[in-house]
Amino acid sequence: MATDRIIAVLSGKGGTGKTLVSVNLAACAENATYIDCDTEEPNGHLFLKPTITEQKTIFSEKPVVDQSKCTACGKCVKACAFNALALVGKNLLIFNEVCHSCGLCSAICKQQALVQQQYPIGSVVQGTSKTLQFYSGQMNIGESSAVPIIKELLKKTHEGIVIIDSPPGSGCLVTETIDHADFCLLVAEPTIFGAHNLAMVHELVTLMGKKCAVLLNKTQAGANPSEEYALKHNLKILGSLAYDEHLAQLSSNALLACEEEEQYRQFFSNLLKEVLDASDSHTQR
Amino acid sequence: MIVAVPAEKKSLDSAICVSFGRAPFYCIYDTEKENSTFIENSAANSPGGAGIQAAQNLADQHINAVITFRLGDNAAKVLEAAKIELLQALNLSIADNITNLLEDKLVSLSNVHPGYHNGH
Repeated sequence: MATDRIIAVLSGKGGTGKTLVSVNLAACAENATYIDCDTEEPNGHLFLKPTITEQKTIFSEKPVVDQSKCTACGKCVKACAFNALALVGKNLLIFNEVCHSCGLCSAICKQQALVQQQYPIGSVVQGTSKTLQFYSGQMNIGESSAVPIIKELLKKTHEGIVIIDSPPGSGCLVTETIDHADFCLLVAEPTIFGAHNLAMVHELVTLMGKKCAVLLNKTQAGANPSEEYALKHNLKILGSLAYDEHLAQLSSNALLACEEEEQYRQFFSNLLKEVLDASDSHTQR
Repeated sequence: MIVAVPAEKKSLDSAICVSFGRAPFYCIYDTEKENSTFIENSAANSPGGAGIQAAQNLADQHINAVITFRLGDNAAKVLEAAKIELLQALNLSIADNITNLLEDKLVSLSNVHPGYHNGH
Protein backbone atom coordinates (compact mmCIF):
# COMPACT_ATOMS: atom_id res chain seq x y z
CA MET A 1 0.00 0.00 0.00
CA ALA A 2 1.42 3.31 -1.02
CA THR A 3 1.45 5.66 1.93
CA ASP A 4 2.12 8.90 0.03
CA ARG A 5 -1.14 10.64 0.61
CA ILE A 6 -2.41 14.19 0.96
CA ILE A 7 -5.29 14.33 3.42
CA ALA A 8 -7.17 17.62 3.85
CA VAL A 9 -9.27 18.10 6.97
CA LEU A 10 -12.06 20.58 6.40
CA SER A 11 -15.46 21.77 7.55
CA GLY A 12 -17.92 24.38 6.45
CA LYS A 13 -17.68 26.39 9.62
CA GLY A 14 -15.06 27.23 12.19
CA GLY A 15 -14.91 25.52 15.56
CA THR A 16 -16.01 22.08 14.42
CA GLY A 17 -12.70 20.43 15.30
CA LYS A 18 -10.52 20.65 12.18
CA THR A 19 -7.39 21.43 14.15
CA LEU A 20 -8.18 18.84 16.86
CA VAL A 21 -8.49 16.15 14.18
CA SER A 22 -5.55 17.38 12.06
CA VAL A 23 -2.97 17.61 14.83
CA ASN A 24 -3.97 14.29 16.36
CA LEU A 25 -3.96 12.51 12.99
CA ALA A 26 -0.54 14.00 12.23
CA ALA A 27 0.79 13.00 15.66
CA CYS A 28 -0.42 9.42 15.12
CA ALA A 29 1.25 9.18 11.71
CA GLU A 30 4.99 8.59 11.69
CA ASN A 31 7.30 10.81 9.65
CA ALA A 32 4.31 12.74 8.37
CA THR A 33 3.92 16.37 7.36
CA TYR A 34 1.44 18.74 8.98
CA ILE A 35 0.49 21.89 7.06
CA ASP A 36 -1.65 24.56 8.71
CA CYS A 37 -3.46 26.39 5.88
CA ASP A 38 -5.88 28.14 8.24
CA THR A 39 -3.92 31.33 7.71
CA GLU A 40 -6.45 33.66 9.33
CA GLU A 41 -6.05 31.95 12.67
CA PRO A 42 -3.40 29.22 12.50
CA ASN A 43 -3.31 27.26 15.76
CA GLY A 44 -1.72 23.90 14.95
CA HIS A 45 1.56 25.20 16.37
CA LEU A 46 -0.05 25.52 19.80
CA PHE A 47 -0.51 21.72 19.93
CA LEU A 48 2.53 20.52 18.00
CA LYS A 49 4.96 23.05 19.54
CA PRO A 50 7.38 22.90 16.62
CA THR A 51 10.95 24.15 16.50
CA ILE A 52 10.85 26.71 13.70
CA THR A 53 13.81 26.57 11.35
CA GLU A 54 12.73 28.86 8.51
CA GLN A 55 10.47 31.84 8.00
CA LYS A 56 9.54 33.54 4.75
CA THR A 57 7.55 36.69 3.99
CA ILE A 58 4.85 36.28 1.33
CA PHE A 59 3.94 39.07 -1.05
CA SER A 60 0.91 39.88 -3.10
CA GLU A 61 0.26 42.48 -5.75
CA LYS A 62 -2.11 45.43 -5.79
CA PRO A 63 -2.62 47.90 -8.63
CA VAL A 64 -1.33 51.45 -8.42
CA VAL A 65 -2.59 54.02 -10.92
CA ASP A 66 -0.33 56.30 -12.92
CA GLN A 67 -2.65 59.31 -13.22
CA SER A 68 -0.58 60.75 -16.09
CA LYS A 69 -1.42 57.71 -18.23
CA CYS A 70 -5.00 57.08 -17.06
CA THR A 71 -7.59 58.36 -19.55
CA ALA A 72 -10.52 57.65 -17.17
CA CYS A 73 -12.09 55.26 -19.68
CA GLY A 74 -13.56 53.23 -16.79
CA LYS A 75 -12.92 49.83 -18.39
CA CYS A 76 -11.02 48.56 -15.33
CA VAL A 77 -13.89 49.61 -13.03
CA LYS A 78 -16.40 47.64 -15.10
CA ALA A 79 -14.08 44.63 -15.43
CA CYS A 80 -13.29 44.27 -11.71
CA ALA A 81 -15.31 41.34 -10.33
CA PHE A 82 -14.69 42.48 -6.76
CA ASN A 83 -15.76 46.14 -7.10
CA ALA A 84 -12.32 47.22 -5.92
CA LEU A 85 -12.17 50.21 -8.29
CA ALA A 86 -14.28 53.34 -8.69
CA LEU A 87 -14.01 56.22 -11.11
CA VAL A 88 -15.20 59.65 -10.07
CA GLY A 89 -14.62 62.25 -12.77
CA LYS A 90 -11.01 61.64 -13.76
CA ASN A 91 -10.07 60.23 -10.39
CA LEU A 92 -9.57 56.46 -10.23
CA LEU A 93 -10.03 55.15 -6.66
CA ILE A 94 -8.51 51.80 -5.66
CA PHE A 95 -9.76 49.88 -2.63
CA ASN A 96 -6.92 47.56 -1.66
CA GLU A 97 -8.77 45.66 1.04
CA VAL A 98 -11.46 44.65 -1.45
CA CYS A 99 -8.93 43.83 -4.23
CA HIS A 100 -8.19 40.12 -4.73
CA SER A 101 -4.93 40.72 -6.65
CA CYS A 102 -6.18 39.02 -9.80
CA GLY A 103 -4.32 41.51 -12.01
CA LEU A 104 -7.16 41.84 -14.55
CA CYS A 105 -7.28 45.65 -14.32
CA SER A 106 -3.60 45.93 -15.33
CA ALA A 107 -3.98 43.30 -18.04
CA ILE A 108 -6.84 45.09 -19.81
CA CYS A 109 -5.58 48.69 -19.43
CA LYS A 110 -4.52 49.74 -22.93
CA GLN A 111 -2.75 52.82 -21.52
CA GLN A 112 -0.78 50.62 -19.09
CA ALA A 113 -1.81 53.07 -16.40
CA LEU A 114 -2.23 50.37 -13.75
CA VAL A 115 1.00 48.89 -12.43
CA GLN A 116 1.00 45.96 -10.03
CA GLN A 117 3.08 46.65 -6.92
CA GLN A 118 4.29 44.01 -4.50
CA TYR A 119 3.55 44.29 -0.80
CA PRO A 120 3.76 41.85 2.14
CA ILE A 121 0.56 40.01 3.12
CA GLY A 122 1.87 37.45 5.59
CA SER A 123 4.41 34.74 6.23
CA VAL A 124 5.01 31.01 6.23
CA VAL A 125 7.10 29.12 8.77
CA GLN A 126 8.70 25.69 8.55
CA GLY A 127 9.98 23.49 11.35
CA THR A 128 9.86 20.12 13.03
CA SER A 129 7.86 18.62 15.87
CA LYS A 130 9.24 15.23 16.95
CA THR A 131 9.13 13.15 13.73
CA LEU A 132 6.72 15.58 12.05
CA GLN A 133 7.57 18.13 9.40
CA PHE A 134 5.65 21.27 10.30
CA TYR A 135 4.45 24.10 8.02
CA SER A 136 2.16 26.99 8.89
CA GLY A 137 1.05 30.19 7.23
CA GLN A 138 -0.22 33.40 8.75
CA MET A 139 -1.91 36.28 7.01
CA ASN A 140 -1.39 39.86 8.22
CA ILE A 141 -4.36 41.48 9.95
CA GLY A 142 -6.61 43.37 7.53
CA GLU A 143 -5.61 41.47 4.39
CA SER A 144 -8.39 40.07 2.23
CA SER A 145 -6.97 36.94 0.63
CA ALA A 146 -4.43 34.39 1.79
CA VAL A 147 -4.32 32.52 -1.53
CA PRO A 148 -0.63 33.36 -2.21
CA ILE A 149 0.29 32.13 1.30
CA ILE A 150 -1.55 28.85 0.76
CA LYS A 151 0.08 28.42 -2.67
CA GLU A 152 3.49 28.81 -1.03
CA LEU A 153 2.60 26.31 1.75
CA LEU A 154 1.51 23.66 -0.75
CA LYS A 155 4.16 24.28 -3.39
CA LYS A 156 6.54 21.55 -2.17
CA THR A 157 5.85 17.84 -2.58
CA HIS A 158 6.35 15.66 0.49
CA GLU A 159 6.92 11.98 0.98
CA GLY A 160 4.64 10.05 3.28
CA ILE A 161 1.38 11.23 4.76
CA VAL A 162 0.53 14.92 4.55
CA ILE A 163 -2.20 16.26 6.83
CA ILE A 164 -3.59 19.64 5.79
CA ASP A 165 -5.50 21.71 8.35
CA SER A 166 -7.83 23.61 6.02
CA PRO A 167 -9.35 27.07 6.50
CA PRO A 168 -13.06 27.09 7.41
CA GLY A 169 -15.71 27.64 4.77
CA SER A 170 -15.99 26.62 1.15
CA GLY A 171 -14.53 29.66 -0.61
CA CYS A 172 -11.35 30.46 -2.55
CA LEU A 173 -9.03 29.55 0.33
CA VAL A 174 -10.50 26.07 0.73
CA THR A 175 -10.55 25.50 -3.03
CA GLU A 176 -6.86 26.37 -3.15
CA THR A 177 -6.09 24.23 -0.09
CA ILE A 178 -7.71 21.02 -1.35
CA ASP A 179 -6.68 21.43 -4.98
CA HIS A 180 -3.99 18.72 -4.74
CA ALA A 181 -5.51 16.72 -1.88
CA ASP A 182 -6.08 13.01 -2.45
CA PHE A 183 -8.75 12.80 0.21
CA CYS A 184 -10.96 15.21 2.15
CA LEU A 185 -12.10 14.46 5.69
CA LEU A 186 -15.17 16.55 6.47
CA VAL A 187 -15.56 17.28 10.18
CA ALA A 188 -19.16 18.04 11.13
CA GLU A 189 -21.05 19.16 14.22
CA PRO A 190 -24.42 17.76 15.31
CA THR A 191 -26.38 20.96 14.61
CA ILE A 192 -28.59 22.24 11.78
CA PHE A 193 -26.00 24.94 11.12
CA GLY A 194 -23.29 22.25 11.12
CA ALA A 195 -25.24 20.13 8.62
CA HIS A 196 -25.79 23.16 6.38
CA ASN A 197 -22.05 23.85 6.33
CA LEU A 198 -21.30 20.16 5.78
CA ALA A 199 -23.57 20.33 2.72
CA MET A 200 -21.59 23.32 1.42
CA VAL A 201 -18.17 21.63 1.70
CA HIS A 202 -19.62 18.38 0.38
CA GLU A 203 -20.86 20.26 -2.67
CA LEU A 204 -17.41 21.80 -3.15
CA VAL A 205 -15.43 18.54 -2.85
CA THR A 206 -17.92 16.82 -5.18
CA LEU A 207 -17.53 19.63 -7.71
CA MET A 208 -13.75 19.24 -7.48
CA GLY A 209 -13.96 15.47 -7.86
CA LYS A 210 -12.40 14.74 -4.48
CA LYS A 211 -12.80 11.55 -2.49
CA CYS A 212 -14.24 12.32 0.90
CA ALA A 213 -15.77 10.97 4.09
CA VAL A 214 -17.25 12.43 7.26
CA LEU A 215 -16.11 12.52 10.85
CA LEU A 216 -18.92 13.38 13.24
CA ASN A 217 -17.63 15.48 16.13
CA LYS A 218 -19.20 16.50 19.47
CA THR A 219 -21.94 13.88 19.09
CA GLN A 220 -24.52 13.64 21.86
CA ALA A 221 -27.75 11.78 22.51
CA GLY A 222 -30.57 12.95 20.24
CA ALA A 223 -30.82 14.05 16.63
CA ASN A 224 -27.67 14.65 14.57
CA PRO A 225 -28.55 16.63 11.43
CA SER A 226 -25.00 16.13 10.07
CA GLU A 227 -25.30 12.36 10.43
CA GLU A 228 -28.69 12.49 8.72
CA TYR A 229 -27.15 14.48 5.86
CA ALA A 230 -24.27 11.99 5.50
CA LEU A 231 -26.63 8.99 5.46
CA LYS A 232 -28.97 10.65 2.99
CA HIS A 233 -26.11 11.42 0.59
CA ASN A 234 -24.30 8.08 0.95
CA LEU A 235 -21.33 9.81 2.53
CA LYS A 236 -19.12 7.40 4.38
CA ILE A 237 -18.88 8.13 8.13
CA LEU A 238 -15.38 7.21 9.31
CA GLY A 239 -15.91 7.87 12.96
CA SER A 240 -17.84 9.59 15.63
CA LEU A 241 -16.21 11.58 18.41
CA ALA A 242 -18.55 12.01 21.36
CA TYR A 243 -18.77 15.35 23.15
CA ASP A 244 -16.38 15.17 26.08
CA GLU A 245 -15.64 18.01 28.47
CA HIS A 246 -12.28 16.46 29.31
CA LEU A 247 -11.29 16.51 25.62
CA ALA A 248 -12.29 20.19 25.44
CA GLN A 249 -10.12 20.86 28.51
CA LEU A 250 -7.14 19.09 26.94
CA SER A 251 -7.60 21.19 23.81
CA SER A 252 -7.93 24.44 25.71
CA ASN A 253 -4.64 23.59 27.42
CA ALA A 254 -3.03 22.96 24.00
CA LEU A 255 -2.44 19.28 24.78
CA LEU A 256 -2.57 16.51 22.20
CA ALA A 257 -5.43 14.20 23.17
CA CYS A 258 -3.69 11.23 21.52
CA GLU A 259 -0.68 11.72 23.77
CA GLU A 260 -2.66 12.30 26.96
CA GLU A 261 -5.32 9.60 26.81
CA GLU A 262 -5.05 6.03 25.58
CA GLN A 263 -8.71 6.19 24.48
CA TYR A 264 -7.89 9.04 22.07
CA ARG A 265 -4.60 7.51 20.91
CA GLN A 266 -6.63 4.50 19.82
CA PHE A 267 -9.37 6.63 18.29
CA PHE A 268 -7.04 8.75 16.16
CA SER A 269 -4.74 5.85 15.18
CA ASN A 270 -7.80 3.99 14.03
CA LEU A 271 -9.18 7.07 12.27
CA LEU A 272 -5.87 7.49 10.42
CA LYS A 273 -6.07 3.88 9.28
CA GLU A 274 -9.70 4.38 8.19
CA VAL A 275 -8.76 7.51 6.26
CA LEU A 276 -5.88 5.75 4.49
CA ASP A 277 -8.07 2.75 3.68
CA ALA A 278 -10.92 4.94 2.44
CA SER A 279 -8.61 6.98 0.20
CA ASP A 280 -7.08 3.73 -1.12
CA SER A 281 -10.34 1.94 -1.85
CA HIS A 282 -11.65 4.91 -3.74
CA THR A 283 -8.48 4.96 -5.81
CA GLN A 284 -9.29 1.57 -7.28
CA ARG A 285 -12.12 2.90 -9.36
CA MET B 1 -30.82 69.34 -6.36
CA ILE B 2 -31.01 65.60 -7.04
CA VAL B 3 -31.03 63.37 -4.00
CA ALA B 4 -30.70 59.58 -3.72
CA VAL B 5 -32.27 57.55 -0.92
CA PRO B 6 -31.77 53.79 -0.34
CA ALA B 7 -35.30 52.34 -0.48
CA GLU B 8 -36.92 49.14 0.74
CA LYS B 9 -39.70 49.45 -1.86
CA LYS B 10 -40.40 51.44 -5.02
CA SER B 11 -42.62 53.93 -3.23
CA LEU B 12 -42.22 57.33 -1.58
CA ASP B 13 -44.11 55.88 1.40
CA SER B 14 -41.44 53.20 1.75
CA ALA B 15 -39.04 53.11 4.66
CA ILE B 16 -35.42 54.02 4.01
CA CYS B 17 -33.31 50.86 3.77
CA VAL B 18 -30.89 50.55 6.70
CA SER B 19 -28.15 49.32 4.35
CA PHE B 20 -26.76 51.78 1.84
CA GLY B 21 -24.84 49.38 -0.41
CA ARG B 22 -27.28 46.48 -0.31
CA ALA B 23 -30.57 48.40 -0.54
CA PRO B 24 -32.82 46.81 -3.20
CA PHE B 25 -33.71 50.20 -4.75
CA TYR B 26 -32.72 53.84 -4.73
CA CYS B 27 -35.23 56.65 -4.88
CA ILE B 28 -33.83 59.45 -7.06
CA TYR B 29 -35.68 62.66 -6.23
CA ASP B 30 -35.30 65.91 -8.15
CA THR B 31 -36.26 68.75 -5.79
CA GLU B 32 -36.66 71.29 -8.62
CA LYS B 33 -38.85 69.17 -10.88
CA GLU B 34 -40.47 67.60 -7.79
CA ASN B 35 -40.42 64.16 -9.37
CA SER B 36 -39.14 60.83 -8.19
CA THR B 37 -37.84 57.76 -10.01
CA PHE B 38 -36.80 54.42 -8.56
CA ILE B 39 -33.81 52.49 -9.81
CA GLU B 40 -32.79 48.95 -8.93
CA ASN B 41 -29.51 48.58 -7.12
CA SER B 42 -27.40 46.30 -9.31
CA ALA B 43 -24.84 46.02 -6.50
CA ALA B 44 -27.33 44.64 -3.95
CA ASN B 45 -26.29 41.00 -4.34
CA SER B 46 -22.65 41.58 -5.07
CA PRO B 47 -20.40 39.23 -3.03
CA GLY B 48 -18.11 42.08 -2.05
CA GLY B 49 -17.62 45.81 -2.58
CA ALA B 50 -21.38 46.42 -2.85
CA GLY B 51 -21.06 49.89 -1.29
CA ILE B 52 -18.34 50.89 -3.75
CA GLN B 53 -20.34 49.78 -6.78
CA ALA B 54 -23.57 51.32 -5.48
CA ALA B 55 -21.78 54.62 -4.82
CA GLN B 56 -20.21 54.46 -8.29
CA ASN B 57 -23.63 53.96 -9.89
CA LEU B 58 -25.08 56.91 -7.96
CA ALA B 59 -22.09 59.10 -8.81
CA ASP B 60 -22.71 58.24 -12.48
CA GLN B 61 -26.30 59.52 -12.06
CA HIS B 62 -24.88 62.96 -11.15
CA ILE B 63 -26.79 63.20 -7.91
CA ASN B 64 -26.01 65.96 -5.40
CA ALA B 65 -26.88 64.33 -2.08
CA VAL B 66 -27.56 61.00 -0.38
CA ILE B 67 -29.89 60.54 2.59
CA THR B 68 -28.95 57.40 4.51
CA PHE B 69 -28.92 55.96 8.02
CA ARG B 70 -25.35 54.80 7.74
CA LEU B 71 -22.56 54.35 5.22
CA GLY B 72 -19.45 52.18 4.90
CA ASP B 73 -16.16 54.03 4.64
CA ASN B 74 -15.42 52.79 1.09
CA ALA B 75 -18.78 53.99 -0.22
CA ALA B 76 -18.20 57.26 1.66
CA LYS B 77 -14.84 57.73 -0.12
CA VAL B 78 -16.48 57.36 -3.54
CA LEU B 79 -19.38 59.69 -2.69
CA GLU B 80 -17.07 62.28 -1.12
CA ALA B 81 -14.76 62.16 -4.16
CA ALA B 82 -17.85 62.86 -6.29
CA LYS B 83 -18.63 65.80 -3.94
CA ILE B 84 -21.99 64.29 -3.00
CA GLU B 85 -23.46 65.66 0.23
CA LEU B 86 -24.09 63.00 2.88
CA LEU B 87 -27.18 63.52 5.03
CA GLN B 88 -28.40 61.67 8.09
CA ALA B 89 -31.75 59.93 7.50
CA LEU B 90 -34.60 60.29 9.99
CA ASN B 91 -36.63 57.25 11.00
CA LEU B 92 -39.49 58.30 8.71
CA SER B 93 -40.70 57.45 5.20
CA ILE B 94 -38.73 58.57 2.14
CA ALA B 95 -41.35 61.28 1.45
CA ASP B 96 -41.09 62.65 5.00
CA ASN B 97 -37.30 62.67 4.79
CA ILE B 98 -37.54 64.69 1.56
CA THR B 99 -39.93 67.13 3.27
CA ASN B 100 -37.37 67.54 6.06
CA LEU B 101 -34.63 68.04 3.46
CA LEU B 102 -36.65 70.81 1.78
CA GLU B 103 -37.18 72.45 5.18
CA ASP B 104 -33.40 72.23 5.71
CA LYS B 105 -33.86 70.04 8.77
CA LEU B 106 -31.49 67.21 7.85
CA VAL B 107 -27.99 67.20 9.35
CA SER B 108 -24.73 65.88 7.90
CA LEU B 109 -24.10 62.16 8.26
CA SER B 110 -21.81 61.37 11.16
CA ASN B 111 -22.20 57.59 11.05
CA VAL B 112 -19.54 56.34 8.62
CA HIS B 113 -18.61 52.80 9.72
CA PRO B 114 -15.60 50.67 8.80
CA GLY B 115 -17.69 48.39 6.59
CA TYR B 116 -17.90 44.63 6.51
CA HIS B 117 -15.39 43.72 3.82
CA ASN B 118 -15.46 40.00 3.45
CA GLY B 119 -15.24 39.43 -0.23
CA HIS B 120 -13.39 36.13 -0.34
